[in-house]
Amino acid sequence: MSFHEQDDPQLRAAQDERLRAAWAAPKGFFLRWTDTNNDAVGAWYTLTAFGFMLLAGVLALIMRAQLAVPENDLVDASTFNQLFTLHGSMMMFLFAVPMFEAVSIILLPQLLGARDLPFPRLSAFGYWSFLLGGIFVAGSIFFDAAPDGGWFMYPPLTTRTDLSGLGADIWMLGLSFIEVSSIAAAVELIVGVLKCRPPGMRLNLMPLYAWYILVVAVMILFAFPPLIAGDLLFEMERLLDWPFFDATRGGDPLLWQHLFWIFGHPEVYIVFLPSIALFAMLVPTFARRHVLGYPWIVLAAVGTAFLSFGLWVHHMFATGLPKISLAFFSAASEAVAIPTAVQIFVFIATIWAGRVTWSTPMLYASGSLAVFVIGGLTGVMVAVAPFDWQAHDTYFVVAHLHYVLIGGTLLPLFAGLYYYWPLITGKKLSDRLGRIAFWFLFVGVNLCFFPMHLSGLEGMPRRVFTYPAELGLGSLNLASTIGAFIFASGVAIICVDLARSPWRPFAERNPWHAGTLEWLAYPHDEHWGIRSIPLIESRYPIWDQPDFMRKVDEGRYFLPDAEEGRRETIITTVLDARPISVVRLGTPSWKPMLTAFALGGVFIFTTYHLYWPALVSGLLTLAMVMWWVWTGTAEIPERPSKPIGHGLELPLYISGSSSPGWWAMFITMMADATAFSGLVFGYYFFWTRHADFPPDELAHAPGVFWPMLALVVGLVGWVFTVGGREVHARGGVALARAMLAASLVASLASAAAGLAGPWLSGMNPSLHSYPAIVWTLAGWTAAHAAVAAIMLAYVLARSFAGRCTPAYDADLRNVTVFMHFFALTTLVTYLTIGLFPEAT
Amino acid sequence: MSDPERSEQHRKWHQQLRITLWTLIIPPTAWAAHFLFSYLWAAISCAKTGRFATFPVLFVGGTVMALLVILFSGWLAWHKERTPGDPPPHEDSTEVDRLRFLGKATLLLAGLSFVGVVFTALPVIFIGDCQ
Repeated sequence: MSFHEQDDPQLRAAQDERLRAAWAAPKGFFLRWTDTNNDAVGAWYTLTAFGFMLLAGVLALIMRAQLAVPENDLVDASTFNQLFTLHGSMMMFLFAVPMFEAVSIILLPQLLGARDLPFPRLSAFGYWSFLLGGIFVAGSIFFDAAPDGGWFMYPPLTTRTDLSGLGADIWMLGLSFIEVSSIAAAVELIVGVLKCRPPGMRLNLMPLYAWYILVVAVMILFAFPPLIAGDLLFEMERLLDWPFFDATRGGDPLLWQHLFWIFGHPEVYIVFLPSIALFAMLVPTFARRHVLGYPWIVLAAVGTAFLSFGLWVHHMFATGLPKISLAFFSAASEAVAIPTAVQIFVFIATIWAGRVTWSTPMLYASGSLAVFVIGGLTGVMVAVAPFDWQAHDTYFVVAHLHYVLIGGTLLPLFAGLYYYWPLITGKKLSDRLGRIAFWFLFVGVNLCFFPMHLSGLEGMPRRVFTYPAELGLGSLNLASTIGAFIFASGVAIICVDLARSPWRPFAERNPWHAGTLEWLAYPHDEHWGIRSIPLIESRYPIWDQPDFMRKVDEGRYFLPDAEEGRRETIITTVLDARPISVVRLGTPSWKPMLTAFALGGVFIFTTYHLYWPALVSGLLTLAMVMWWVWTGTAEIPERPSKPIGHGLELPLYISGSSSPGWWAMFITMMADATAFSGLVFGYYFFWTRHADFPPDELAHAPGVFWPMLALVVGLVGWVFTVGGREVHARGGVALARAMLAASLVASLASAAAGLAGPWLSGMNPSLHSYPAIVWTLAGWTAAHAAVAAIMLAYVLARSFAGRCTPAYDADLRNVTVFMHFFALTTLVTYLTIGLFPEAT
Repeated sequence: MSDPERSEQHRKWHQQLRITLWTLIIPPTAWAAHFLFSYLWAAISCAKTGRFATFPVLFVGGTVMALLVILFSGWLAWHKERTPGDPPPHEDSTEVDRLRFLGKATLLLAGLSFVGVVFTALPVIFIGDCQ
């Protein structure tokens, strides 16, 4: 196809038809829920997260009503505990993080000129997991069974089953399930940003939103897994009585605080940065100029991401750690103010240098910056340990965190809502209602939370369901309550505005006259994402590249057709976005939803101690995943390559480190390795905290022999896989199969030897934290060996079925990535449990 | 070997070092490694010896090493950023603009990471005990 062929309107119409057919959404009362396209899944995701936000907001209003006057009896202490625990947990896990994922699933393909993200079915799986887990956790409040230990669930209050009921299990298992969906989203978004950019969009031209999303998704990989590791230990204690957090049996409740806050503090930035990313898109649009200081924003995003992992102990200033340790975290907490301020100054400079249109989104953006800066400044105050000792666990902290989260996450999201609503629905929201709502929100947030600084300093503790009149805090609390209801009225006005949207006329295309790719979308939606994938020469192609929209619409760029009726997008290189391949994307299917429900069964049945149904659900999940992967991935194309226009011919299959699948495996395993390092941290943490770790009677358990045997056999398995991959690539299929089979046997043997160590030395995990953590590490590694065996069996089956050949070997290459990480896990586990006790 | 040739060779060794998305994160990774090292050093020496080292050789060595890594990557990034071409902003779809952008961003991160490492080192000077 040449440039000039696209002059033919009949050809263009035929292409339109083929694209439309390939991307048609499934219809029907049931079938529509099998959709996997980002516009559908992203919209469901956003609406669901918004719904959870409203529910969590109502919980807050009940709390404020209870606290309006001293010695109130609207709700009792137990209900109040459930209210604040669920309010915090839902806002964080069911609103802020999923909302960022949801918005990114909608926006990212548009911003990158891609037809969809690389793994649409994975997005759908993430959504269904989120929905099920969210309903499970949020629904518990209606059965008086909600978690009540505070959103950070400190043991021993929450690990002792006589002090906390089912709610703690619901929190742990329900939210673990949701964390799975967050990691799924992180994989999808990272691979999307790195590999699905349009040709020419080098790293220096990437929309800033994509930079932020890349950074935040990487943060998720390092922040969520420690919490998953913590959840695992926590549930082992609650369900099996393994004493990780029980000080009387060699455990330590502080281990939970560490694992929780290694997640919990980066989490704040995980929800803050994507909201700021929305500013990076809308500020240049309304300032009518390119953003100033693009590399400074990249500095701010990357710098904040790193520093945010050095802040976690500032939540633990009052735990009695050595002051030198506190000071390290205090220093990092002060340092993070630098990159945070840099991005705010960049936005101010861009506004200053531009010709600003004071639109509704801009009003929200500037208002939220003001609120956020107040929260940031009190943050600098509480980052100083001696001040924090005074303010700790008072309403001062409540005020600080709400200023940060409302100014840094919620109000920017409303700015984004007003800005991007026309992109999603084709219609603008009402400027008038938007502005009225803004003033309700702005006045409400300040009236609600500013007095809390004062009530906190005067001694109002957090998490009390009532307070005596003699404290003299009645009027401050009443002001806060009035503010909360004013704020809620603002949210209600926005809801009214949204509800009226279907009756409004369509807006013009690109109604804000923005310069970035996402505004190529038509008001009347086409599901194909983009008509042809453009060649990018500027950060603001709609402004800078002549005739850009027309050329895209007339299919004059790449991949303007779907000749084979398949959903396709272009894969490019990481640094310079050179096109290297066309991938076929997943189509609508029941598989993601059914897999999510099966996996949900594992978590939900375990909560109620129904272990047999949980096991059945686990096996069902495995079967579903196998079915999904077998039928939907690494498909051998009908021909090796296809033309995408302008004389370019791209392969339809790639494997190894340039392929999206390889990256997805690598990223998933990074998360897995991080969770594992959380467990290893636990082992060494116990050693630093206790003089008797390992205890004398277990000083030579599990011994050296079995761990070393497991290590050697495990590494042999790894060598066979790597060797098998090389032999296979050179055409030695039969030998490669034999090597993979040997690797499979070695993996299983390694698992058996690894478990034999603690088993044969009679280590009882419920007696002491030492045998418990040794069993956990050995069990984790054995489970990975079992997964390795399943994967190797899968590759062998693919090979015998003719679906994995020397020319088409993505399955084998991806499994090799898993095996690298398996080898690393094996090495660390067995050196630790085998040799470390001998060395101490 | 004539002088222009030598300067040509001299220029080349650092120009051959590629700068990518991975090198962008070297300075903050050095900060992170130093931070983790500091935390573990303090925690282990306080927990296991019960007192603070009077002259923390290990700590000083680790800090100097982190600062050197950051300075080196900053210096390299500064060179890349000065690759000849149009004035900033580096927003054309060209190899040289991508290179200069990555150089600039890495240089800025090196600055932030340097400050971060110094911040982390200060408590050791000013606190100096395990209480």
